[in-house]
Amino acid sequence: MEKARPQWANPLQFVFACISYAVGLGNVWRFPYLCQMYGGGSFLIPYLIMLVVEGMPLLYMELAVGQRMRQGSIGAWRTISPYLGGVGVASVLVSFFLSMYYNVINAWAFWYLFHSFQNPLPWSVCPLNGNRTGYDAECEAASSTQYFWYRKTLNISPSIQESGAVQWEPALCLILAWLVVYLCILRGTESTGKVVYFTALLPYCVLIIYLGRGLTLHGATNGLIYMFTPKVEQLANPRTWINAATQIFFSLGLGFGSLIAFASYNEPSNDCQKHAIIVSLINSATSIFASIVTFSIYGFKATFNYENCLNKMILLLTNSFDLEDGFLTASNLEQVKDHLASAYPSKYSEVLPYIKNCSLESELDTAVQGTGLAFIVYSEAIKNMEVSQLWSVLYFFMLLMLGIGSMLGNTAAILTPLTDSKVISSHLPKEVISGLVCLISCAVGMLFTMEAGNYWFDIFNDYAATLSLLLIVLVETIAVCYVYGLRRFESDLKAMTGRALSWYWKVMWAGVSPLLIVSLFAFYLSDYILSGTLRYQAWDAFQGQLVTKDYPAYALAVIGLLVASSTMCIPLGALGTFITRHLKRGDPAPVA
Amino acid sequence: MLWPLFLLVTAIHAELCQPDAENAFKVRLSIKTALGDKAYAWDINEEYLFRAMVAFSMRKVPKRETTEIAHVLLCNVTQRVSFWFVVTDPSKNHTLPAAEIQSAIRMNRNRINNAFSLSDQTLEFLKIPSTLAPPVDPSVPIWIIIFGVIFCIIIVATTLLILSGIWQSRRKNMEPSEMVDAEDKRENMITVENGIPCDSLDAKGGHINDAFMTEDERLTPL
Repeated sequence: MEKARPQWANPLQFVFACISYAVGLGNVWRFPYLCQMYGGGSFLIPYLIMLVVEGMPLLYMELAVGQRMRQGSIGAWRTISPYLGGVGVASVLVSFFLSMYYNVINAWAFWYLFHSFQNPLPWSVCPLNGNRTGYDAECEAASSTQYFWYRKTLNISPSIQESGAVQWEPALCLILAWLVVYLCILRGTESTGKVVYFTALLPYCVLIIYLGRGLTLHGATNGLIYMFTPKVEQLANPRTWINAATQIFFSLGLGFGSLIAFASYNEPSNDCQKHAIIVSLINSATSIFASIVTFSIYGFKATFNYENCLNKMILLLTNSFDLEDGFLTASNLEQVKDHLASAYPSKYSEVLPYIKNCSLESELDTAVQGTGLAFIVYSEAIKNMEVSQLWSVLYFFMLLMLGIGSMLGNTAAILTPLTDSKVISSHLPKEVISGLVCLISCAVGMLFTMEAGNYWFDIFNDYAATLSLLLIVLVETIAVCYVYGLRRFESDLKAMTGRALSWYWKVMWAGVSPLLIVSLFAFYLSDYILSGTLRYQAWDAFQGQLVTKDYPAYALAVIGLLVASSTMCIPLGALGTFITRHLKRGDPAPVA
Repeated sequence: MLWPLFLLVTAIHAELCQPDAENAFKVRLSIKTALGDKAYAWDINEEYLFRAMVAFSMRKVPKRETTEIAHVLLCNVTQRVSFWFVVTDPSKNHTLPAAEIQSAIRMNRNRINNAFSLSDQTLEFLKIPSTLAPPVDPSVPIWIIIFGVIFCIIIVATTLLILSGIWQSRRKNMEPSEMVDAEDKRENMITVENGIPCDSLDAKGGHINDAFMTEDERLTPL
């Protein structure tokens, strides 16, 4: 008796699963950075163009493939062409790499969440030094939030060579994160379908609350005006367009096989075109929404630091010249400085080295992305808000929901091909397969909880998925259009959903999107080759800031291995099928 | 007659208390910053209170119990408000060593702050570092408690889900054996469906139509 393929209880679960997977941490910490760096409001133009030209077509294609083939990535591509099973294997491998390091972010979010229930917040004060006359030296050199991140959370070593030991606190949080993921994927679509209601909707609740809070913060409008002011000259910079295309590509999570896995649990008559458009629009809208919140937080933090700087200067001048307390204010600071410079030149020149020019623009210009934004900049802004514990809990809970939502998609990409395979699923029940995958990923993830773990995290983050995904999606598009045949796929879709395929999709799939991906791929390849040796940012405890160092040889080998292992699956898969068929050529009846 | 003596005493005082003099300390107050609208003006009465507090602190030092307010000298009061002070010995010729004054002030810093409604940051004794209050360190870190709670909840939920999955699959394994018994019984009975006898159908040998199979087999045995 054939077991019917599990299905989503209703199409809404499928849409929520796709949204929860696509809307992830990148929307919160990568898009605002890009928006700020590449022209503010004018970045929206290349972003929306790329969404329509690249994001929607590729998303629709993946969903359509999954819904038509009703199998995970390996089975789906093998059905398209027996030589393309390697594409599916490459997707699974990339998803495996991603799930290994991505859950560490959830572990850090748990860590910060658990530490938010203290008064005062642990990252708002520096610990005292040995004889209690001052603060810890590293904390003085850096800031209390940076100290909490680099010393208390990561306990980071000065370079990647010094691995150190596994830190038990982040290790515990990582185990908890994997347990939560296991709980959610335990029953397949039955459990995932219910969890995605929360992971898709709760982040929006928190974002709306934060929008309300953020817009009412003192100085928020400074950030919003500065960031969104369009700098139209950036449109002429090719990097703007490249980054817009890259952001759309990676933000939708194409090429991992998660979308194919999710769509394979759909009913065949599901209108995946409508869903593709909805999901991609919601994903981009969330990015823009999250950047409004982020910029208002930036504005608050920058204004706070600017006013702090002004107050420090006022105090310095008041103390040096014994002026009346309260005489110096922000408005007369410049005049009084000039007056003092002329009236007491010798004393002023003594004080001059300590005087800083406080500038709001320079505070706003500090653009941060990635874990630095999420865990340092945001927590620094939160510690200055009233009732900071509440805002902290809300924020890290939102990060957790976003991260777990994306993890559900990643694990689905790995598990769907495994459970589809008759060989494995006949021996082991679904729960055991899920458990084994979680266990292996957790064990390897312990690498990222070591003292040098954050450096390895950066390696995985930058190189595990980037080039391989571009190649995978390129091969996917070419496979669907030219190997399987666009007409055949079109008639399949029409038979399946009852709707004809619009000419727009055909043009995009056959021509524009592959060209775009090829140009992205060529750009990144040439970028890596031209930049010579690869470098990373290491934390220097004495200076209290990041310094640039070169990767050692074995780290470069690991990078090469990461990229090669997934990209080589494609040709190796084709080669393997070719050899197997060649050997079977002597057999009488070919397998249908 | 007393004039030259008075002038001499004042001159000696002036020498003892000077900015950067030996054993002299600079004090800096930021009253407006601390109190805002409720700030009081710094006048000679406040100075008197200050001298009284310093004398009080010195009297707590062993062998200095006879320190009087008159032994505390203030000078160079600026608009900031900041000034220098020294503490002289009963003969009023020497100043007491800085180390003694430093330890005395540190011991009684809280009392001095409270007398002026100020804090360590708004009433500064330059060169006398204040002892910083250590952060509260509970015996069990709070985060471990919350971690433990959430960890237990997740473990319990996971175990429940796994166990209920095992029960469900055991129930499914039992039903096919029940169905086999029922099918054997069916061969002995003549069942009628819609008025048509079913013995024309070979129930065991036929193909099972997937359209009529559902996931949850809750069919009662015939």
